[in-house]
Amino acid sequence: MLEIDGLQVEPVIGLEIHVHLRTRTKMWCGCLLAYGAEPNTHVCPVCLGLPGALPVANAEAVALAIRMGIALNCRIAEFSKWDRKSYYYPDLPKNYQISQYDLPLCADGYLEFPFGDAIRKIRITRAHLEEDAGKNIHDIPGLTAVDLNRAGTPLLEIVTEPDLAGAEETREFALQLHRLVRYLGVSDANMQLGQMRFEPNINVRIHADGRVHATPIVEVKNLNSFRSVHGAIDYEIRRQVAAWREDGQVARPGNKANRGWDDNREVTVPQREKEEANDYRYFPDPDLVPVCPDAAQVAAWRLATPELPIPRTDRFISEYKLAPREAPALVDCKATADLLDAAGEFPCDKALLGKHFLSFWSRLANERETTIAGLGVPPRSFSELADLVRDKVINATAAAQIAEEIVARIDGQLGGTGRPGDSDCQRAIPPIDRPEWAPRELADQLGLVQSQDADEIAAWVAAAFEANQKAVGDALANPRKRKAARGFLLGAVMKLSGGKADPRLVGEQIDAELSRRAD
Amino acid sequence: MNTPPTVLDLAAATRAGSASAPETCAATLAAIQGADPRLNAFREVHADAAITTARNVDRDVVAGTASGPLAGVPIALKDNIVTRVGTTSAGSRMLAGYRSPYDATAATRLAEAGAILVGKTNCDEFAMGSSTENCAFGPTRNPWDLERVPGGSSGGAAVAVAARLVPASLGSDTGGSIRQPASFCGVVGLKPTYGRVSRYGLIAFGSSLDQIGPITTTVADAAAVLQVIAGHDPADATCVREPVPDFSAAVAEAAGEDHARGLRIGVPAEYFAEGLDPEVEAAVRSALALYAEHGAELVPVTLPHVDKAVAAYYVIATAECSSNLARFDGVRFGHRSEQGGSIEQLVSRSRAEGFGDEVKRRIMLGTFVLSSGYYEAFYDKALRVRRLIQQGFNAALERVDVLACPTAPTTAFRLGEKAADPLQMYLADICTLAVNLAGLPAISIPCGFDSGGLPIGLQLIAPLFDEVGLLRAAQRYEGWTDWHARCPDARRG
Repeated sequence: MLEIDGLQVEPVIGLEIHVHLRTRTKMWCGCLLAYGAEPNTHVCPVCLGLPGALPVANAEAVALAIRMGIALNCRIAEFSKWDRKSYYYPDLPKNYQISQYDLPLCADGYLEFPFGDAIRKIRITRAHLEEDAGKNIHDIPGLTAVDLNRAGTPLLEIVTEPDLAGAEETREFALQLHRLVRYLGVSDANMQLGQMRFEPNINVRIHADGRVHATPIVEVKNLNSFRSVHGAIDYEIRRQVAAWREDGQVARPGNKANRGWDDNREVTVPQREKEEANDYRYFPDPDLVPVCPDAAQVAAWRLATPELPIPRTDRFISEYKLAPREAPALVDCKATADLLDAAGEFPCDKALLGKHFLSFWSRLANERETTIAGLGVPPRSFSELADLVRDKVINATAAAQIAEEIVARIDGQLGGTGRPGDSDCQRAIPPIDRPEWAPRELADQLGLVQSQDADEIAAWVAAAFEANQKAVGDALANPRKRKAARGFLLGAVMKLSGGKADPRLVGEQIDAELSRRAD
Repeated sequence: MNTPPTVLDLAAATRAGSASAPETCAATLAAIQGADPRLNAFREVHADAAITTARNVDRDVVAGTASGPLAGVPIALKDNIVTRVGTTSAGSRMLAGYRSPYDATAATRLAEAGAILVGKTNCDEFAMGSSTENCAFGPTRNPWDLERVPGGSSGGAAVAVAARLVPASLGSDTGGSIRQPASFCGVVGLKPTYGRVSRYGLIAFGSSLDQIGPITTTVADAAAVLQVIAGHDPADATCVREPVPDFSAAVAEAAGEDHARGLRIGVPAEYFAEGLDPEVEAAVRSALALYAEHGAELVPVTLPHVDKAVAAYYVIATAECSSNLARFDGVRFGHRSEQGGSIEQLVSRSRAEGFGDEVKRRIMLGTFVLSSGYYEAFYDKALRVRRLIQQGFNAALERVDVLACPTAPTTAFRLGEKAADPLQMYLADICTLAVNLAGLPAISIPCGFDSGGLPIGLQLIAPLFDEVGLLRAAQRYEGWTDWHARCPDARRG
């Protein structure tokens, strides 16, 4: 419940989400999915809706939809069918969209996610498959051009119950859903490419005069960023309260309106409505056969459903001692999360392992515009490196150096190709495992094994004191400068040792020497 | 009478080198050129492509590699089956000059079998009609009487075979569009089981009813052409994986039997009812008597609910066509109005100018029955009637091997006779369209002539995917009679 201008206001929000599925080909034909290709180069008689052409359902799309439905705790239909939804629009080649009307593939599910201190449970009404339309392009004066590359792209429409109670919560739900589809490999969900779009249905229940007044429902069309989801809902809540004060209009059949979001002005604007009511004249598509998912296959997918992002985040936080804020960075790329778990299978210091993933392994991946799973490092190397640090064979600086060396050698092997992009959270490349590239071997080869030898360290400390008289003087003269001077001396020793000195032992010797001189 | 060669004879002779494909092709083109100005069976002749194909077949024959079951056989395609060669108009101004960038699966399979595709035959616009008068390119005339219709909608395909211009053609049958013109023209017309032949590349009228099938002069030829075009096609989800039996072998076997012992023929009372022309009834009854004489058992059966078939059919077929024809909007292909205007005006004007009256009538009917508030009363109810009709046929066919009845209640009517009365026209298909609702295979074979010299057809109907039983039963009758061998005079004109 919000308070707006002295009124108790309860927002009621449902969300429709359209997700492009991560299939190789379109929903009804063999055309490859194309983003950014020359207009009308990924088309064929089927997706152009040419006379005589017939659709054939893409089994891969059906499988992805069902796997998503399982992750959303949906009931998977035993019998599902395709329906035609009729409307005339130039970007819709057949002038009907093949969709699913009364028997969707997935229904009656929910998604739970942490929000604030609570766990929110949002019910999923249904998730059904359909095809996307093409695009009308208006950049030529006086003409509308039509690009049908997108026509027939498999689209999963997910519809929630009106269980969302605010802009922030809806944004968080949208983020969690985005995370989930990417994590499952159901969609790349690239927002810039329009691969995931949101349409919230919004109204508010105003508690006034001992009664509840529900404002007319508004559907905001085609939001393609989380910011606009939040902005549009936040704006609508205020606008609807103000409108109710003005005209007292309440929701009734037939007064639902569509609005668009103006990203620049950050307001919703009315959309042109057709004069006559839309009648889509749904009926079963006689060109297609019903979908009856094989129960054994569905059961197998159910079993194969991976640990989902939210529980995995919780586990990573406790198992790898990650900060809650940092954990999603490792969970959301499923291939990387799987790799971390594979590395964690070897007995090692898991906290160090997690720390390394977040620090230098992430950096090395970023430099190559790939993911950690795209580096090609064998799982055992991650844990071995963590163990070398734990056992003080090398220090943290050396660990980063060794990691860099491993990846550089793999670079040489790959010749700079074959790595997945940094947004591909599904694909790992086969690790390149060479005994001579093992971290322990490299530590020796690079002379990075830490010195524990007190005499050797004492010699470096002495040399550092000798070379940095001023710092030593400052530390002795002014206790407030002692900490900075100590750090400076430590750095000098490490440099002298070529990174080999054990920093803990060095620190102890510096402290001892300073104390001795102060006396 | 100099009997023109059949599909089987011609293919065998071509493969053996005793008939020359280029010569056959030239003779066919000449025959079309001679007769078609009066008949208007062809909407377009693909002479150059046909000659090229014939030469290729000839080359293979010389090389000893010609093995196609239809090698050197000229075949015509109904104008709603798309081909890259020439244009495909579906008898509509909407698609005048339309060139398809791909070939229909059935056309591809014919070509692969060595057939020479000679052109496109005239049809009612988008296959909607029973007389081949609803055409943007003029009506087709019946070769038995040029003042009469050939039936429809595959009228051009039936006439091309009846006038012996080609030994075979492909038609499409949504409510009788192969069988009824075959009956009116005195030839064999086969509608296979729904799902037996790929619809890929058939310009859709009623997707759940449409089926491509052959029109020939003999049952054996129908079997030979079906053999080539039948079978699963990954491009058509409704085209089943059912194994394709050897139809030709089954027909050849039946041809060797001079009896019909063991054959049980169901005679549905509903198709010998009011409105049936007495001469048609007499011819069909004597055909049944001939079966009985040869040892077949005639079993009276009833088909409950077929009296509702016309109503159910015109709800389902128009609903599907209203949606199937939505793509003809003048945006990507087909007729585009030159009046311009907004997108809504462009689409609406293009459709107003491009479609003929019968097509518009059906689009409006179909749009209405699918509309919110009417769907349950019309479309949903029609689907339920359809299921009852299917059950009725299945129950009858559990007791008998085939059903026999007239193909059409009358012989060919005069041009223009029913053009002003859509309902009378719809009743021309009363004996055939329930079969499409049930998805069953059915055939029309010549079984006599009326006193005016017009052909009469006998319709046989078999269980789902039992084309073998259907063709065997038809072959037996054909073996005892010579109705199929009679040619109209129009060929000589």
